[in-house]
Amino acid sequence: MRLYYRYFLVQIQSVLAYKLSFLLTTIGQFLVSFNLFLGVYFMLLRFPTIKGYNFKECLLCFSLFLLSFSLAEMFFRGFDSFAQIIGNGEFDRILVRPKSPILQVLGSKIEFTRIGRMVQSVGMFSYAVWQINIEWSMTKIVTLILMIAGGTVLFASLFILYAAFCFFTLEGLEFMNIFTDGAREFGRYPIEVYGKKILKITTYLIPYALVQYYPFLYLIDRSSNSSTLFLPILAMLFFLPCYGVWKLGLRHYQSTGS
Amino acid sequence: MKKYLALFKTKFLAGLQYRGAAFAGIITQICWGFLEILLFKSFYTSKPENFPMSFQAMSSYIWLQQAFISLYMLWFWENDIFSDIKSGNVAYTLARPVSVYSMWFMQNLASRTAKASLRAIPILFIGFLLPQPYGLSGPYSLVSFLLFICSMILAVLVLVALMMPLYFIAFYTLEPMGPRMVFQTLGDFLSGAIIPLPFLPNGFRQFVESLPFASVQNVPFRIYSGDLAGEKCIEAVVLQVFWLVFLLIIGKVLERCVQNKIIVQGG
Repeated sequence: MRLYYRYFLVQIQSVLAYKLSFLLTTIGQFLVSFNLFLGVYFMLLRFPTIKGYNFKECLLCFSLFLLSFSLAEMFFRGFDSFAQIIGNGEFDRILVRPKSPILQVLGSKIEFTRIGRMVQSVGMFSYAVWQINIEWSMTKIVTLILMIAGGTVLFASLFILYAAFCFFTLEGLEFMNIFTDGAREFGRYPIEVYGKKILKITTYLIPYALVQYYPFLYLIDRSSNSSTLFLPILAMLFFLPCYGVWKLGLRHYQSTGS
Repeated sequence: MKKYLALFKTKFLAGLQYRGAAFAGIITQICWGFLEILLFKSFYTSKPENFPMSFQAMSSYIWLQQAFISLYMLWFWENDIFSDIKSGNVAYTLARPVSVYSMWFMQNLASRTAKASLRAIPILFIGFLLPQPYGLSGPYSLVSFLLFICSMILAVLVLVALMMPLYFIAFYTLEPMGPRMVFQTLGDFLSGAIIPLPFLPNGFRQFVESLPFASVQNVPFRIYSGDLAGEKCIEAVVLQVFWLVFLLIIGKVLERCVQNKIIVQGG
């Protein structure tokens, strides 16, 4: 943990060396998700509700998902460039060091420019919480926190899974984007909107619905079942198979590059 | 002209090499298309009368968008141009007896068309196989189809012309990331990549439709399905031509500025 903190500091210093560029990229990141926000806004201006959800509810749903995504992205997106790390042989150097490879990969790239997205999701989240009519209770607050935590772990697991596949393919797999960036974009609305089949897939296969849809229903009083509280925790178990694939890949790894 | 065509050909053939990536891209785009359609279907069922175009036209729009995404994506840049400018290697390019503008224009055009030609057909095919109104329908009429083809070509030319100034700005800023991100995100929204432009509220919609971004994917896709037909369709195509000429002039002026007053980096 202390090592990660050190990595963190070094990375901050390196970004701050290019102040203007950092600022502009951050603004850019901010705009990216603002675009999606505008999309939701204009759609719900035209259609007051979608499957009975109104704008404020969608906004809460969207911001919760975006918040967990940006948290996961900020700390775990180091895996994004994992294909390059393997490709140029840098991973061999990582392996000979006496520290966990995951930690080193993560530390090698921490995305501060994604702060823009972070700021935006926090802003949107506060606005949504302030606007929406929810009678907050202790269980609801806990549910909310677990939703964010569960979502962060879920996205982080997907980033690890993405990297783990690189062991086998040696290049990034574009279609994995549908599960990370795609999920971020389509998570704008409660998953029910995409129909029963997608809801099933996201319940049993890749548990987005467990951190988004079911606890969300409880939050907005559509369901009174407070045991949905535990679903995000269940979703965190998704980390285990991903970590398993990573371990498997690590054993399968044959060095490349020169 | 001949040398530019030769350049186009080499870059195009180079672009055709990435078949594995194209396959992955096709799968991603098909999944994306399905989810988009499911989403819009939910909106449609909640209040059909508020839907600004027929659902059929909407589906066609989505499938065309997915099929030609690599032709019209705003976030794809020729990174070697940027790195050449940053490292100073651009001096070699500037020393050649060709126009940098035309050369880079061709390079952009070639890699886009190469990417799209690998990906478009399978996605269009899947789109056609799907049951109506969720799939890609045939073109609205023969006239629409011919106009669609013209408009597709104009659209990609407008897009490249629209992106060219950003490469020249990099001569001044060196680090192109910031302006690029702002440009591509605003552009994404204004070109109708996030939600089709007819979904915007009146007034704002007319404003956005007059901007050059709207001359990119918005026009051909809507002509295809007949959402833009008759007089409106002609108007939109004329606007495309106008923006193309305008942007080409701007680009040429910028090229002149850069060539007259240039500081090449590196040594």
